[in-house]
Amino acid sequence: MSLDALDRATMIDVQHVDFFYGTRQALADVSAEITEHRITALIGPSGCGKSTFLRCLNRMNDTIPGARLQGQVLLDGQSIYTPHTDVVSLRRRVGMVFQRPNPFPQSVFDNVAFGPRVVGTDRNIDLSQVVEASLKAVDLWDEVKDNLRQDALRLSLGQQQRLCIARVLAVKPQVILMDEPCSALDPISTLKIEELMRMLEREYTIVIVTHNMQQAARVSDYTGFFWLDAQRSGVLVEFDDTAAIFTRPQDARTEDYITGRFG
Amino acid sequence: MGKNKPAASRADRAVEALLRVAGLSTIGMVVLIFVFLLQQGLPVFFRVPLRDFLGTRWYPTEGYYGALPLILGSLLVTVVAVVVAVPLGICTAVFVRELAPGWVRELLKPAIEVLAGIPSVVLGFLGMTVIAPWVRTTLGAPTGLTALTGAVILAYMALPTIISVAEDALDAVPKSLRDASLAMGATRWQTIWKVTVPAARSGIVTAIMLGMGRAIGETMAVMMVTGNAARMPLTADSLFRPVRTITATIAAEMGEVANGSTHYQALFALGILLFLVTFLINLTAASAIFAKRRQGGLR
Ligand SMILES: Nc1ncnc2c1ncn2[C@@H]1O[C@H](COP(=O)(O)OP(=O)(O)O)[C@@H](O)[C@H]1O
Ligand SMILES: [Mg+2]
Repeated sequence: MSLDALDRATMIDVQHVDFFYGTRQALADVSAEITEHRITALIGPSGCGKSTFLRCLNRMNDTIPGARLQGQVLLDGQSIYTPHTDVVSLRRRVGMVFQRPNPFPQSVFDNVAFGPRVVGTDRNIDLSQVVEASLKAVDLWDEVKDNLRQDALRLSLGQQQRLCIARVLAVKPQVILMDEPCSALDPISTLKIEELMRMLEREYTIVIVTHNMQQAARVSDYTGFFWLDAQRSGVLVEFDDTAAIFTRPQDARTEDYITGRFG
Repeated sequence: MGKNKPAASRADRAVEALLRVAGLSTIGMVVLIFVFLLQQGLPVFFRVPLRDFLGTRWYPTEGYYGALPLILGSLLVTVVAVVVAVPLGICTAVFVRELAPGWVRELLKPAIEVLAGIPSVVLGFLGMTVIAPWVRTTLGAPTGLTALTGAVILAYMALPTIISVAEDALDAVPKSLRDASLAMGATRWQTIWKVTVPAARSGIVTAIMLGMGRAIGETMAVMMVTGNAARMPLTADSLFRPVRTITATIAAEMGEVANGSTHYQALFALGILLFLVTFLINLTAASAIFAKRRQGGLR
């Protein structure tokens, strides 16, 4: 671990997590520390449990029947898997951006206002100000400010994805989880999102799953490499500074993967 | 491969032609029915001026052909039925699709479809023997055969349509939208009412329209339970008084009129009216579907 990790707090501490879909084990003994105000990238071949891992962090796996987790996940030092964890407020603190842009079939304004309006607790909030700030934070404001009432589905896919990020920002989370947020986007929109992540890093902790190793190398501070073990469960083979993973990986499998020998 | 191709495409063309004939003849049938209605009904306006036809007394034997009580009767019964059926139907659809555990859903869906298949006469029995006495004793109406009784039965008949169409609409809402909402910390309840139902709104409008179309055209059950008095339902207590609908009037009187008489033509004119209204309702429902398709709604 680098010096940087020592003087920064751990935002999420994952300790020995086993995860099951019914009887099928999807994650085996995964431990990782997600550092605050840093970008952590998760890479690995598909099917090795990256999305599953990500959904453990905001308990979105709860929506899947038969899903079960063993081990500990601490957010800011507090376990999020206790019987009295408030999942709703957990998800306000740990927002999520999905693989395919999924704006609601409503106006741009209503999409961003959804969080404060429906989920928020502050009744006196100035909605239009929140919407403006969130759209500015994702650099979408100038493109949509003249027509906030237009249907969000009319935006380009890249704009839709930035809208989805703005929608998450409007609830003011601490952590943002992104599951391959650029895989449906063209290269220019992808670059835009990457720039954006660099800006958001100052205020948020970001965990991004990506299929694209260059992307991980470009944007992240830390990288975790997932792989399938002999039982076909996902394991976290290596987790380190991004620079370390890409220049001097400790595990042969990591090296093979990043040099493109398989995967 | 190469040899089969022309044969296959000839078969294709034959099937296509067959389908086209079938489709066109359906449309042709509708047009013919409408033309027939017009031809039989419109001449009434040479004998009864439109002003009189929209009068307030329907007394064919005395020469009064004022259809307003019948129109308003149909309107009252239908509107009340819709007011009862829509919230119930949508809530049931939401329950079936969003809240019920799997095995309950598997039971409810066929049950609802069976409900749609109950003959309306049977529902008429139910109305006469169960609902009518209840209306009379509990609500203190002079008779149990009232507009309300009819509306309740109609609501019951429209429910299966509303539920299954609305349920399909909810089902078509992509999981990704629900996930987006849940991941933002919305509760299941908030997700249903703020995301899923609004996303399904055009399908739900269709459901309401189809249910309404079913209600306004229904005859048998309504004739059995509404008392069939052609009075103007304009007083505050009209809901608890007998009414007569357009459909009941046609069904009851058609057997007794002389072919081509004024009365005969007046009944056909009522038929035209009914046809136009149901046509408009279905058109609205259809255009809601098209609008949804155009904006790429099947996401
Ligand atoms: N909802 C689910 N139900 C059952 N199994 C699932 C579900 N989602 C993912 N899996 C399984 O868990 C494993 C890991 O999947 P996932 O986390 O999506 O991998 P990745 O994101 O790395 O491609 C896969 O074998 C997949 O089939
Ligand atoms: Mg994935």
